[in-house]
Amino acid sequence: MNCQLASDSVLYANGLYRVVYNVAGSFLPCWLAYLIAGLVIIFILVNAVLLGAAVITWGERRVLGRFQNRVGPNRWGPFGMFQPIADLLKLLTKEDLRPQGSDRIVFALVPILMVAPLILLTAVIPFAKNAALASLNVGVLYILAVSSVSSVAIFMAGWSSNNRYAMFGAARAVAVLISYEVPVVLSLLGVVMVAASMSLGSIVEAQALPFILVMPMAFLVFLAGMSAELNRSPFDVAEAESEIIAGYHTEYSGVRFALIQAAEFGGVGVVAAIAAVLFLGGWSGPWSEYLGWLWFLLKTGVVVFLFIWFRATYPRLRIDQIMAFSWKFLLPLSMINLAAVTLEVFFLRGDDGSLTTADLGIMAAINIVVTVVSVIVFGNLIRDRVTLRTRQPQQVAVPGVPTIEVS
Amino acid sequence: MTIRTEPVTVNVGPQHPSTHGVFRVRITFDGEDIVEVEPVFGYLHRGSEKLAEERNYVQVITLTDRLDYTSSMINNQAYCLAVEKLLEVEPPPRAKYLRTLTAELQRIASHLIAVGFFVQELGAFGTPLMYSFRSRERILDLFEMLCGARVTVSYMRPGGVFADAPRDFWPALDRFLEDFEEELAEMEQLLLENEILMVRTRGVSPIPAEVAINCSVSGPVLRASGINWDWRKQEPYDAYDQVEFDVPIGSNGDNYDRFWVRMQEIHQSLRIVRQCIAQIEPGQVRLDLPLVLRPEAGREAYGRVEASKGELAFYLVSDGGISPYRCKIRSPSLINLTIIEHLLVGWKLADMIVSLGSIDINMGEVDR
Repeated sequence: MNCQLASDSVLYANGLYRVVYNVAGSFLPCWLAYLIAGLVIIFILVNAVLLGAAVITWGERRVLGRFQNRVGPNRWGPFGMFQPIADLLKLLTKEDLRPQGSDRIVFALVPILMVAPLILLTAVIPFAKNAALASLNVGVLYILAVSSVSSVAIFMAGWSSNNRYAMFGAARAVAVLISYEVPVVLSLLGVVMVAASMSLGSIVEAQALPFILVMPMAFLVFLAGMSAELNRSPFDVAEAESEIIAGYHTEYSGVRFALIQAAEFGGVGVVAAIAAVLFLGGWSGPWSEYLGWLWFLLKTGVVVFLFIWFRATYPRLRIDQIMAFSWKFLLPLSMINLAAVTLEVFFLRGDDGSLTTADLGIMAAINIVVTVVSVIVFGNLIRDRVTLRTRQPQQVAVPGVPTIEVS
Repeated sequence: MTIRTEPVTVNVGPQHPSTHGVFRVRITFDGEDIVEVEPVFGYLHRGSEKLAEERNYVQVITLTDRLDYTSSMINNQAYCLAVEKLLEVEPPPRAKYLRTLTAELQRIASHLIAVGFFVQELGAFGTPLMYSFRSRERILDLFEMLCGARVTVSYMRPGGVFADAPRDFWPALDRFLEDFEEELAEMEQLLLENEILMVRTRGVSPIPAEVAINCSVSGPVLRASGINWDWRKQEPYDAYDQVEFDVPIGSNGDNYDRFWVRMQEIHQSLRIVRQCIAQIEPGQVRLDLPLVLRPEAGREAYGRVEASKGELAFYLVSDGGISPYRCKIRSPSLINLTIIEHLLVGWKLADMIVSLGSIDINMGEVDR
C-alpha cells in the first residue's frame, strides 16, 4: 500500500500531516491513514486552542492585576501559572445546573457551538511557513464565515436560558456582531487587494512591509471591530457585568461555563493570531525559516496584550453609542481606506499586477497621512458635544427655585 | 406581518452585582428603555432604631457605625452631636478639631468608594476602583491608629472623642496627605476628562433643582443640581466655623455633575484636613461625663451633620432613663432614593445602573 497525497490538496502543504499520513499509509489502507492523520492533527489543534485559552486567562489576570495595583493569581505553580487548571478542576466538580423552563437541547448545544468555530479557525492559521493545517485559497473568506457562527451560539444561549438578563445580552450581542461585521469585512478587503490573494500564507508572503504600516486605518478598524465581536471592553455590552449580570451566559455553570470561558479567551488568542497574520507579517522576521513560530507567537502576544490593555482602561459604551460608533465612524473609515487602497493599487501595480516593496512604502506614506486626517475629521464629527466646560465651585442662581435661608 | 412587542418586567436585585447591596427595583422595560420603576427596600432591615431604645447612650454609638458603613465616623459625629444637645454640653476644642479632621478623612474615603463604583458601573473593569481603594486603605490605616478599628470605628463619644491621637498619627497623616495629592491627580487625569465617561454621563438623568428640593434630597446630589446647600456652612458644628472651604456646585444635575461634585469635594475635604492640622492645639479630648448618661426627662434633640451622602440627622427623645426613649434616624440615602423615578424613567438599562451609582446609596442606611 503506497498512498500518495495529491499535491494540490489543501492538506498537502502541512508537513506534519504528510509525515503522519505516509507513516500510517505504509501499513494501513489509504482511507484509514487519511483518517488517522486527520485525527492526530485535530487532537493537536484542540489542545493547542484550549491550552492557549488557559495561558491567556492566566496572562490576562496577571496583567490586569498589574494594571490595577494588585498581584493577581500567584499561588499555584511558577507565577501562578497553574491557576487555570485549578479553576477548571473547580468548575468540573460543580453541579450541572439547568434553569427551569429552559430549552434543554439548545442550552446544552451552546458551549459546543461556541468552541467549535475557534478550533475551525485555527485550521487555517499559518503558525510558521507551511505550518497551517489547511492552506485554503479562500482563507480570509473562511475566517469571516466561521467566526460569524458565534453570534448564532450567543443568541441560542440567550434564548434557551429562560432568563431575561440572558435575553438582553443576546439581543445586544447580535445587534453588535451584525453591525461590526460590515466595517471589518471592508477593512479586510484592502488587505486582500494588496496581497492579491485570499490565502493567509500568500498574505504573509506579500507583506514585505507589514500591512499595519501600509494601511494603518484598516488595522484600527479591524481591532475595534474585533473587540466588539469578542464582546470585549469597551464594547462588552453583551456580558456587561454591572448591568446584566453576565449577559447571555448568566445561567451557565460548571463545565458548560468553563467551555464558554475557554471559547471567550481562546477567541482572543485566535483573533490576535489572525491580526498578527493579516497585519503584522505573521511568521516573517529574522531567521524566519527556523524562528517563524517564535515571531508569530510574539506578534500574537502583542495583540493579546493590546486587548487586555483596552479592558483595563476603558469604561463601557452604551448600546446606541456602540451602534453609532460602528455606522458613523468605523464604516466611513473603512470605506475611505478601501477607496485609497484601490486607487493606489490601480496606479502603482506593475504590468503583471504585482506590487514591489517600494510601492508598498509609497502606499504606507500616503495611507498614514490619510489615516491621521480622517480619524481627526471623523472623530470631531461624532464627538457629540463632549467638550469640557470648566466649572469652578460657585453659587449658581437657579431660576424658579425658591431660596431657602436658615436663620 | 406585524411583530408584536410587549414590555418586560425585570427584578433588578436584590441579588445583582451593582445595586449597592440588597436593593431591589422592579423595572418594566420597553426594549432597553425603562418605562416603570418600583423600588423595594427592607432586605437589610435590622431594626437599629428599636435597638437603640434598648441600649444606653454610649452603646448606641456602635449601632450608628453600622448604618452607613462607608462613613461611620460621620455617623458617630451626628449621634454624638444629638446627645450633646440633649445634655447641653460642648466638647473641648481639641476634640472638635479631631472630630472635624476624622469626619473629613471619612468623607474622602466615602467619596472615593462612590467615585470608584460609579466608574466601575460604567464598565471600567476594576482599574479605577482599585485606584480609589488604594487611597482608601491608607485612610483606614489612619483610623486604625486612632481607635483600633478600620470600618466600624466608634471613635467619637458624647462630649469628645474616645482618645487622643497617638504620637505617630500626625507624621502618618502628613505622609498620607503628601501621597494622596499624587494619587488623586492620577485619578483625575484618568477620569475627569475621559471621553467615554463624559459621553456616557453628560446630560444623562438630569435632576432639575425644583425636583431635587421637592424630593428633599441632600448632599452631593442636591448640590449637583445647582443648589448651594451644605450643613457645614448653613449650621456649622464642631470646628467647621473655624475652617475655610468652598462648596462645589454643579449646574446640570446630571450624572457627570454628581460625579464631578464628589471629586471636587475631595479637594475641599483635603483643605479642611490641612487647616485642622495647622489649627489644632493640645488639650483635653473628652469631657468628664458619667459612664451612664441620664438626660433630663422630656428633653429632645436633633443632631444634624452634612454626611458624605447628604443630611444625616438623629432625633433623640429622653424619658430620664439610661437609654433614649426614641431614636429616629434621618438617613440621606433613603431620602435621596425618592428621586429614583425622575432618575430612571425614560433612560436605558445601561444608564439605570450608572444613575443609581451616581446618587451613592448605601443599603445599611436605607433599611437601617
